[in-house]
Amino acid sequence: MLMLRCPYCGADCAETELAPGGEAHLTRRGPGSGDADLASYLFQRENPKGVHFERWRHVYGCGKWFHAARCTVTLEVFGTYSAQTLEPPPEIIERIRERRPDWEG
Amino acid sequence: MGFRLENGGRLIDRDEALGFRFNGQELRGHPGDTLASALMANGRRLVGRSFKYHRPRGILASGAEEPNALVGLGSGARFEPNQRATTTELFDGLEAKSQNHWPSLERDVGALNAAVAGVAPVFSAGFYYKTFLAPRVAWKHLFEPIIRQAAGLGQAPTEPDPDTYEHFHTHTDVLVIGGGPAGLMAARRAAEAGAQVLLIEQTPHFGGRALVEDETKIDGMSAPDWAARETAALAAMPSVTMRARTMGAGLYDHGYAMLYERVADHRPDAPDAPRHRLWRVRAGQVIVATGAIERPLTCANNDLPGVMLASAVRDYLRLYGVCPGERFVIVANNDDAYRTAIALQAAGAVVRAVLDVRSAATGALADQVRALQIPVLEGHGVAKIRGGKDVEAVETVRLAANGTRAGGGEALYVDSVALSGGWSPVVHLYSHCGGKLLWDDKALMFRPAPERGAPIGPDGGVNTRCCGASNGAMATGACLADAARAGAEAVAAMGLTAPDAALPAVDEPAEQPIEPHWFTPSRDKYAHGTKHFVDFQNDVTAADVRLAAREGYESVEHTKRYTTLGMATDQGKTSNINGLALLAEALDKPIPEVGTTTFRPPYTPISMGAIAGSAKGPLFKAIRQTPMHAWHAEHGADFEPVGDWFRPYCYLRPGEDRYAAVTREVLNARQRVGVLDASTLGKIVVQGPDAPKFLDLIYTNTMSSLKVGRCRYGLMCTENGFLFDDGVVVRTGPDSYLCHTTSGGADRVAAHLEEWLQTEWWDFAVHTANVTDQWVQIAVAGPEARALLTAASTDIDLSAAALPFMSYVEGHIAGAPVRLFRISFSGELAFEIATPASHGPALWQALLSAGQPMGVMPYGTEALHVMRAEKGFIMIGDETDGTVTPQDLGLHWAVSKKKTDFIGKRAQERIDLTRPDRKQLVGLFTTEPRQVLPDGAHAVVETRERGKPMTTIGHVTSTYFSPTLNRSIAMALIEGGAGRMGEELKFPLEDGSIMRATVVDPVFYDKEGARNV
Repeated sequence: MLMLRCPYCGADCAETELAPGGEAHLTRRGPGSGDADLASYLFQRENPKGVHFERWRHVYGCGKWFHAARCTVTLEVFGTYSAQTLEPPPEIIERIRERRPDWEG
Repeated sequence: MGFRLENGGRLIDRDEALGFRFNGQELRGHPGDTLASALMANGRRLVGRSFKYHRPRGILASGAEEPNALVGLGSGARFEPNQRATTTELFDGLEAKSQNHWPSLERDVGALNAAVAGVAPVFSAGFYYKTFLAPRVAWKHLFEPIIRQAAGLGQAPTEPDPDTYEHFHTHTDVLVIGGGPAGLMAARRAAEAGAQVLLIEQTPHFGGRALVEDETKIDGMSAPDWAARETAALAAMPSVTMRARTMGAGLYDHGYAMLYERVADHRPDAPDAPRHRLWRVRAGQVIVATGAIERPLTCANNDLPGVMLASAVRDYLRLYGVCPGERFVIVANNDDAYRTAIALQAAGAVVRAVLDVRSAATGALADQVRALQIPVLEGHGVAKIRGGKDVEAVETVRLAANGTRAGGGEALYVDSVALSGGWSPVVHLYSHCGGKLLWDDKALMFRPAPERGAPIGPDGGVNTRCCGASNGAMATGACLADAARAGAEAVAAMGLTAPDAALPAVDEPAEQPIEPHWFTPSRDKYAHGTKHFVDFQNDVTAADVRLAAREGYESVEHTKRYTTLGMATDQGKTSNINGLALLAEALDKPIPEVGTTTFRPPYTPISMGAIAGSAKGPLFKAIRQTPMHAWHAEHGADFEPVGDWFRPYCYLRPGEDRYAAVTREVLNARQRVGVLDASTLGKIVVQGPDAPKFLDLIYTNTMSSLKVGRCRYGLMCTENGFLFDDGVVVRTGPDSYLCHTTSGGADRVAAHLEEWLQTEWWDFAVHTANVTDQWVQIAVAGPEARALLTAASTDIDLSAAALPFMSYVEGHIAGAPVRLFRISFSGELAFEIATPASHGPALWQALLSAGQPMGVMPYGTEALHVMRAEKGFIMIGDETDGTVTPQDLGLHWAVSKKKTDFIGKRAQERIDLTRPDRKQLVGLFTTEPRQVLPDGAHAVVETRERGKPMTTIGHVTSTYFSPTLNRSIAMALIEGGAGRMGEELKFPLEDGSIMRATVVDPVFYDKEGARNV
C-alpha cells in the first residue's frame, strides 16, 4: 500500500486516504477537435513499466488533487506536485534523471 | 507413547493443573502447555486423520509449521476447525476434537482409500481431472456429491460468532517481526539508537530457539538466560513496545504491515478483551527476524504418528518437559539434529542410533554424540518406517554416495523417529513485499538476496531487511551478528546512529556442512502403497511430484496446482522445498531453474473475525439518516437504502402491505396533498465571479442566463457524453448558485466539480461546498399544497403571480427560516422547502399539523418514483446506466446547441452517439393493463422457444402499476424507439410466458401541465 505526500497539506498519506485519477498531463480535447485526438484523449492511456506521472486526490484529507511521479516497478516515488501545471516541474524531472539515468522521458 | 518428564519444561508451571477434553476424554496438563505438548504428556500421539487417505497422523512439529495436528476447538458458536494443536495454548476447560475421520479416530472407514491405494492409483496427481471425465451428467449427480461428502478439512461452524474482534492502527519507526535471538538483538540495536521500536513475537514467549539451546553460551551464560536478560532489558526501554502472541501476517508496499494478535484465545472467558486484534502498522523500517523451519526427510511412511522433526522433539523436552517417546532413531543430513540426540539422552530416553545420510559425520556434535555411546551410522538412511497407528520399527538402508540404495540394512525397533532435512529460512514476509530470493546450493535453502531487489520505501531506499536465521545465518553467533547489522542499517536509513556495541561472545560448536538428500529409496518397488510423503497436510507424495514431472509439468507453479503440493492451510511450510527439489531432480534441472512458488499473506491463517474487526452488525456500514428519521420510524416507515441513506419507501398503516400503502400515498398526493422528506437530495453551493461560466461548462444547458431567483432543470454529462446526474439549479445571487443533485450522486457530483476546477479550469474564481447535510428539504405536493403552506403560516406570497413555477424565494414558514422553491417532481402543484437542518423536525411536524384539515399524508420514495414515472420524468440510475446520452432520453431541449463548449459536447458528436438506431426512451402500455412488466425485461425482435437465443432490441428501465391511471405503465430504452410509436413489442419472461406492450409517449399523465399552476 503506497505512501504519497500530499503537496498541499503536507500529510504523508496511505493509499486508502487517496483516490487514484489515472494518467496526469492529459490535454483536454473539446469541441472542434478531430476524432483521433478525441479518441486519444478519451480512451488511450500510457501504461509504462517504469516512470509514470499520475493524478491522485487526497479525498479523505484536504480534498486536493495532486500529481505523483512514481516508478510502477519498484514503487519508488520521485515526488508529488501540484495538479495545476501542464508539465512536471524541473525538480521532479531532475530527481527522476538522478534516480533513473536511462529514463527517456 | 509420550510422557511428562520428572524435571524440565521451561514454559510450564508444574504447580498448577488444567483440565481439558480431547474427543470427550478428560485429560490434564499445565499452564504453559500447548495442546500438542499436553496431548503427548498424556500419551496421545494419534491426533487426526489425513486429508485424502485418512492415514493416522500425529504431531510433526512444535509451531506454526505443523501440517498434521489440526483439531476442531470449542463447541457450538465458538467451534473453530483446523486449529493447530502446536500453537494452541492450553487453558482450563479446553475442548478439542480430531478431524477427518468416521466413525472414530481409531477406526476410520475412509482409510479404505489408503488400502485401495496400495493396489490402484487412487488419488494420484491429477486424480480428479483424470477420473471423473464421463459421462458428463454423472459429475453433477454422482461424482460431485460423493466427493463433497468426503472432502474438506474439518467442519465449518454453523452459528454466528459471538466473540468480538478489533482493528488497531499504529505507526512505528522500526517494526521487528520475530522475538527470537535475532529479533531481540535487532530491536535492541535500533532502540539504543533512539528509534521507536515495535517488537512482535507469534508465540507467547520471547526468545525463540534460544529458549531451547541450553548448551549454547552467549555472553558467558546459557542461551535461555541470555534471552531472558535481553527480553527484560527491552521491556524496560520506554521506546520499545513488545507484543507476544502477535504474528506478522503480511508485509505490503512502503512499510505497511498486517499483524495478527491472539489476545484472548488462551483465556476465552476474558470479559474485557477482544478475541483477536488485527494490527495495521505503517513502519518506517521493517526488520524480518522470523527464523527458520526445519524440513522433514522424504522416506517411506514418514507420516506415521511418532515421526517428528528433530527440533520439535527438542522443543517438547526443553520447553514443556515432555518426551514424545521412549526409543528414538534420529535421521539427518546435517549437524543440528545431533543436538536432539544429546537432549534425548539427557532426558533419559534411548537413542538407538543417529542415521546420517552423509558419507561421513565428522563434526564436533557428532563426536559428542559418539562420546555418549550413541551409535552414529554414516551413509545410512531410512528405507521404511514400519507401523500402523504408531512407529514400530525403522528399516535402515545403506546409501551410495549419490544417495541411491547401496545395500540392505537392519530393523531398529523404536517407537519414535526424529527427522531433519535441514532448515528453510522463513522468507515469507520478505517475499510478500517484493524481496527477491536466491538458492544457496551450499546451505540448501532459499535466502533473501537484497542485491537482486529489496523492498523499498517511497524514497527509493531499502526499508525491509531480513536477519538471523530468516536471512540464512543459522549459527547463533552469525545470527546475532547479522541481526546487529540489520538493526544498525535500519536506523542508519532513518538518519540515526546505533551506538558502538561489541557483539556478544558466542560459544557453540562448529558445524559440518549439510548435504543434499531429497529422497530415500525404499526396498520395495517404489510404487503405490509405499508412500514417501512430501506435503503431509494435502497428502502429496514424492510419487505424485514425479508423476507430474513425467506428465510434462515443468514449472513448479503448475506442479503445485496439479498435485496440490503446498496448497493446504500450512501453505507448504514443511513441504515446498522438498517438493521443489524432487521436481528439480525429476526434471534433471538445478533448483533455481524450477523456481519457487509465490508466498502470499497471511503467513498462517487468520480468523475471519479479525479481518472483519468491529465492522459487523450496525457497524458494518455507516448509515446516513435525515433529522426526521426518528419521526419516520415512529410512523410506520418501511425503510430502504438509497446510496448511504435510509429513506422511507412508504409509511405502512395497520393492515397495509407495501403496495396498498404506496397506492394510498400516490392518490392522496394527487387528490389532496402529500409531504416528502427530500433532505437526502444533494445540495452543492457554487459561488464566485466565474460561477456562471463554470456551470455553463458543467451542465449541458445554459446556467449563466438563469435569472437570480429562478430555477432551471440541468443535466450533467461525463466527458464521454453520457448523462450522469441531474437536478434543479437555483440562482441565489449574481455569483451564487445552489445545485441540486440526485440523493445518491451528491458526493460524486461534488467530486466532479472539484476535479474540473482543480485540474482543468484552475484559473476560474469559483468555490464549491457540499451543503447536503446542512439543509432539511421537504416537498409539499398536491392540489392543496398552497393551502397547506398558508395554514402553516408564512410571510411569503404564495400566489402563482408572485411565485411562479421554477422560482425561488426566502422567508419563513411556521416560524422556520426557509428557502422556498416552486419546483415539482410529481407533476402536481408543489413546493420544496429548505430549512437549516436543526429546524427540520419542527417544520415537518408543523406542516403535518397544518395539513391535517386537508388530509395531508407523508409519502415515501416509492410513491415519489411512481409519480415521477407517471409524469415521464427520468431517474438517474433507472433510465441511465452510464451509456445513455440526454438525446437518447429525448432531453434535447436541455442540451444547449448555442454554447461553444460543455463537458461531453464533443463526445456527443461521435458517430456512435448520433446513430438513429440508438436505444431511445419510450413509454409502454401493456396490452393487458393489469399486467406489470418486470423491471429489466428485454424486448425481442422475434420470440423463440424458451432457452433459444433471441435478438433483443432494448429493455424496461422503470415499471409500475399506476394508481392514478389505474393501469400499468413502463419506460424502456428501445432501439430506434422514437420511430416505433404504436408498435407492439414482445417481452419473453423468465417463466416462458410472453408479455406484450405498445410503445407510447413516456409522459403518461398531464402532458400539458394543467395541474401545476
